Amino acid sequence: MGLTTDVNPEPDQRELDQISPNWITTRLDFLANWSRSNSLWPMPFGTACCAIEFMATAASRYDISRFGMERMSYSPRQADVLICAGRLPFKLAPVIRRIWDQMPQPKWAISMGACASTGGIFDTYAMVQGIDTIIPVDVYVPGCPPRPEGLLYGILMLHKKIMGESLADPTLRVEHLMGPDGLFRRPEAIDEVSEPFGNSVHQTRSA
Amino acid sequence: MTTDQAAERATTPDVGEASLAATLPALRAAFPGAVVRAMVGNHQAVICVAPAQAHAVLAWLRDDPGQRFNYLTDVTCVEHRDPELPFEIVYQLRSLDRKADLRVKILLDPDGPLRVETVFDLWAGADWLEREAWDMFGVVFVHHPDLRRILMWETYSEGHPLRKSFPLRGRWSRSEQTRQALADNPEAQYSLEELSISEAYRALPKDMVERLAAHPREQAT
Ligand code: SF4
Repeated sequence: MGLTTDVNPEPDQRELDQISPNWITTRLDFLANWSRSNSLWPMPFGTACCAIEFMATAASRYDISRFGMERMSYSPRQADVLICAGRLPFKLAPVIRRIWDQMPQPKWAISMGACASTGGIFDTYAMVQGIDTIIPVDVYVPGCPPRPEGLLYGILMLHKKIMGESLADPTLRVEHLMGPDGLFRRPEAIDEVSEPFGNSVHQTRSA
Repeated sequence: MTTDQAAERATTPDVGEASLAATLPALRAAFPGAVVRAMVGNHQAVICVAPAQAHAVLAWLRDDPGQRFNYLTDVTCVEHRDPELPFEIVYQLRSLDRKADLRVKILLDPDGPLRVETVFDLWAGADWLEREAWDMFGVVFVHHPDLRRILMWETYSEGHPLRKSFPLRGRWSRSEQTRQALADNPEAQYSLEELSISEAYRALPKDMVERLAAHPREQAT
């Protein structure tokens, strides 16, 4: 592969003595982001069918331990990334919000599947129309359900996003708290993203 | 299907017919006038009873030695889009001893008050089934010990979602629905006390209570 052939196969011992293996130089940002992105402990929030694909992703064939994620964190206090795998009914809205609030910074969220991202086919009285009306989301993984490869791609996108972060950016680690009206976003924004689309526009509100 | 199988099928009596034949004459004799309608559909015996006598009929179906419907499979409701058709409350009964099924329906006026007597005193398993029917259809089960919502959260304010008059997306705007859902405090209504061991202790079978009494330290107070 990329091996150079003109390197002296037996380097001079004195040269080696001068290179101490005990220190390296790097950017602090790079180091922090590198270690964060390679040990993202997931908080699995599996509510429906997508969670089955999430389990497949975690199991040996797709094996998210390759990304330092094998340790499922069932306590939000030791979790780095919340993965909402499945539809979120309104009854669970305060629960996911509570879990998100309990996760310490730095934290990220992946919305896995059509339902978690938009409500999917469930444009009904019982379903939150996208978890981004409740908590901030970093990566949306489309699909119904997304294949494990899809989720892995989303995780790699999150890695990329983390690698672009800077410790000096004061806006990054700000908690997005609930507003005084008890909502995370402006009511108009929630109504707008919850507008019916696709087939569901044929359903009237009255029937 | 081979011709043998077809012939066998033609000669085996229909399970629904058999179940109806085993119950209907005795029921008519015991409660004259209580049966509004009886039929077999999809191999399933269905008996519609008058609301006033429903509880007595269900008690009789459970206790009569010839019936012994000792297992309540489900309690649910049917509302038809056609306003002429009555609102149905459906009890799916099974006799584990006789291996027979029976569906009992109570027909109510969809515009009138939806109230029936609870069957919790007959089958304890009716507890959550009736709570679900209340939550989804708004049927009041009179004398139910704990008639609270079970699927929707307890402060849910939009009504009973499976009624035909209920809009598919709910009554409030999405932002209002989100606000109300987030304002709900789950711990306030769903606590470990609800599953309190001390309360469950009283409902345990007798032999289990005796076994637990042998280990007083684990016994609930
Ligand atoms: S997106 Fe599809 S697979 Fe995922 S929870 Fe919704 S219905 Fe299930």
